[in-house]
Amino acid sequence: MDIVVLLKQVPDTETLIQIADDKASIRTEDVKWIINPYDEFAVEEALRIKEKNGGKVTILTMGPARAVESIRTALAMGADEGVLIDDPATEGSDALGTARVLVAALKETGFDLIIAGQRALDNDGYQVPAAVAELLGIGQVSMVVKDEVADGKIRCESTVEGGTVVIEAGLPALFTTQKGINEPRYASLPGIMKAKKKPLTKKNLADLGVDPSEVGEAQAKCRVKNLFFPPERSPGKIIEGETVGAKTAELVRLLREEAKVI
Amino acid sequence: MAQGVLIFAEQVDGNFRKVAYEAVSEGRRQADTLGEAVTAVVLGSGVDGIAGELGKYGADKILVGDDPALADYTTDAYTNVLFDIVKDNDPGILLLGASSQGKDLSARLAARLGVGLAMDCIALKLDGEKLIATRPVYGGKVLAEVALEGIPRMIAIRPNVMEIVEVTKAGDVEKIDVNPGAVKTRVMEKRLEAASKIDLTEADVIVSGGRGMGGPDFSVIEELAEVLGGTIGASRSAVDEGWRPHSDQVGQTGKVVSPNLYIACGISGAIQHLAGMGSSKYVVAINKDPEAPIFKKADYGIVEDLFDAVPAITAELKKRL
Ligand SMILES: Cc1cc2nc3c(=O)[nH]c(=O)nc-3n(C[C@H](O)[C@H](O)[C@H](O)COP(=O)(O)OP(=O)(O)OC[C@H]3O[C@@H](n4cnc5c(N)ncnc54)[C@H](O)[C@@H]3O)c2cc1C
Ligand SMILES: Nc1ncnc2c1ncn2[C@@H]1O[C@H](COP(=O)(O)O)[C@@H](O)[C@H]1O
Repeated sequence: MDIVVLLKQVPDTETLIQIADDKASIRTEDVKWIINPYDEFAVEEALRIKEKNGGKVTILTMGPARAVESIRTALAMGADEGVLIDDPATEGSDALGTARVLVAALKETGFDLIIAGQRALDNDGYQVPAAVAELLGIGQVSMVVKDEVADGKIRCESTVEGGTVVIEAGLPALFTTQKGINEPRYASLPGIMKAKKKPLTKKNLADLGVDPSEVGEAQAKCRVKNLFFPPERSPGKIIEGETVGAKTAELVRLLREEAKVI
Repeated sequence: MAQGVLIFAEQVDGNFRKVAYEAVSEGRRQADTLGEAVTAVVLGSGVDGIAGELGKYGADKILVGDDPALADYTTDAYTNVLFDIVKDNDPGILLLGASSQGKDLSARLAARLGVGLAMDCIALKLDGEKLIATRPVYGGKVLAEVALEGIPRMIAIRPNVMEIVEVTKAGDVEKIDVNPGAVKTRVMEKRLEAASKIDLTEADVIVSGGRGMGGPDFSVIEELAEVLGGTIGASRSAVDEGWRPHSDQVGQTGKVVSPNLYIACGISGAIQHLAGMGSSKYVVAINKDPEAPIFKKADYGIVEDLFDAVPAITAELKKRL
């Protein structure tokens, strides 16, 4: 069973985000980078499926050279191989452009099952996995909290408003992760040592036979024109009062008369 | 030439999602600016009866695709059918709600159409011919204005953000033939809570508890939520402790919510939590630590033990009802 995890490196969720001078990107100098948390769930789930069903776990990333660190971490967790597609021509790709590159690589690695994050915690896009599934013509299941592989099929619990829906798809298929699916393991020291010897291939668009004019900024159909900070919430009012009852009575009055929300 | 605004109005088991009304209302606003028509699409099985409702929010025409194969949402059947409808109608703008289903569907459809999609948008504006959508990125720490190329321009709107406006009009309902085609996934079972429970993403009032709850007993919060007609939320700490289900988690790895009123009880206000509730209209924080960062993001704060303050608020509300 060949499992491929689509993994993106994103800024640590604690990072202070600063807007770059072009107003369309962020400053990357002081950013600490991590594996997108939803992709970390994907790595963990891939490892569990492999442990149960046998097979191989490949980590696939399109990104700059620094993303190697994240792939190494996934290899240290237990993945078998890594592929990084690093090509300046991919910069500024939108979801479809990104998917084209990932699909070209997926056709080389082979796959029975693709696991991705539901969204990357940088652009909060929710789009690349569906675009990958569409370009490959395979089934997709979104926001999965539980899955089971048997008899060439995968059965997933997909979260929707108010509950879950159990969905079955024939392999090959793609699913995306939802919080609750698992608790990702930490990379152990022996794992980190072993990871250094695991295959990690770097490729560019020419290696994959992807036409650079099909990806990147020039081709993107959804483009960021302007980034700005949301208006600051005006500093809140701490409600003073002699007693708890006095404070809460005042709060209720404010919610009724000032905010008019109740 | 591509013209008009097409809206996919999501229904579940014969009830429209609130975001469907929001999308039709927003579509109406954009169409009025352009002087164009609004067409809404309803897909399902046995949905003729409800379709006419969309006229009330400004749909000039309502297309109904009624087919047993559309009874349960599947990515493939819905994408196939909506793709055909887009090709037949050639709209300039296509709007959907960014619900769980809407995200899954819009992303697949955008890839098939080969057009740009602005996901989870909180504002739309027309700048001449250009359509600019505003969407939160980096967990809402930053807002991005994005421009779309390719026709139709596809926008999925965040639930609970756009205003619902009723108009005094009726839309023409038209049944259409659909071809759901081959489907690669099968719905085996649906495990849904009573329809009466409002999902966090659609709730007007949310009362959330954090580690300060000290344990799985959320009854003080439940009572407050009950008098306010609200829904319960939780911080990740409360979820990780096993006090609440994952589906209650608000934040960067949980749900993104936009209620009118968000009451955070015993929640410190970590940046990942703020990412989920930062776009609430009013935030109330109850925390015994006056230094808790949540107070900087709250409109009203009460520095007290939540087990004293929350029941007192409930009592006060009951008194005035
Ligand atoms: C990658 C990543 C993703 C994350 N995603 C999320 C997410 O989606 N959602 C999320 O919430 N967090 C998320 N977190 C975790 C986040 O960083 C915080 O750890 C978490 O939000 C803290 O939860 P809390 O406020 O309930 O607990 P604490 O930070 O422990 O705060 C508890 C608060 O309760 C107060 N308190 C205690 N007792 C009482 C009492 N009796 N009365 C009143 N106040 C009391 C305390 O003063 C304190 O301020 C994420 C973290 C990471 C690294
Ligand atoms: N550059 C990339 N390389 C590998 N996987 C990616 C990349 N971008 C997005 N993905 C995958 O798609 C998911 C959703 O990303 P997005 O659609 O950008 O929010 C991520 O969680 C990853 O699994």
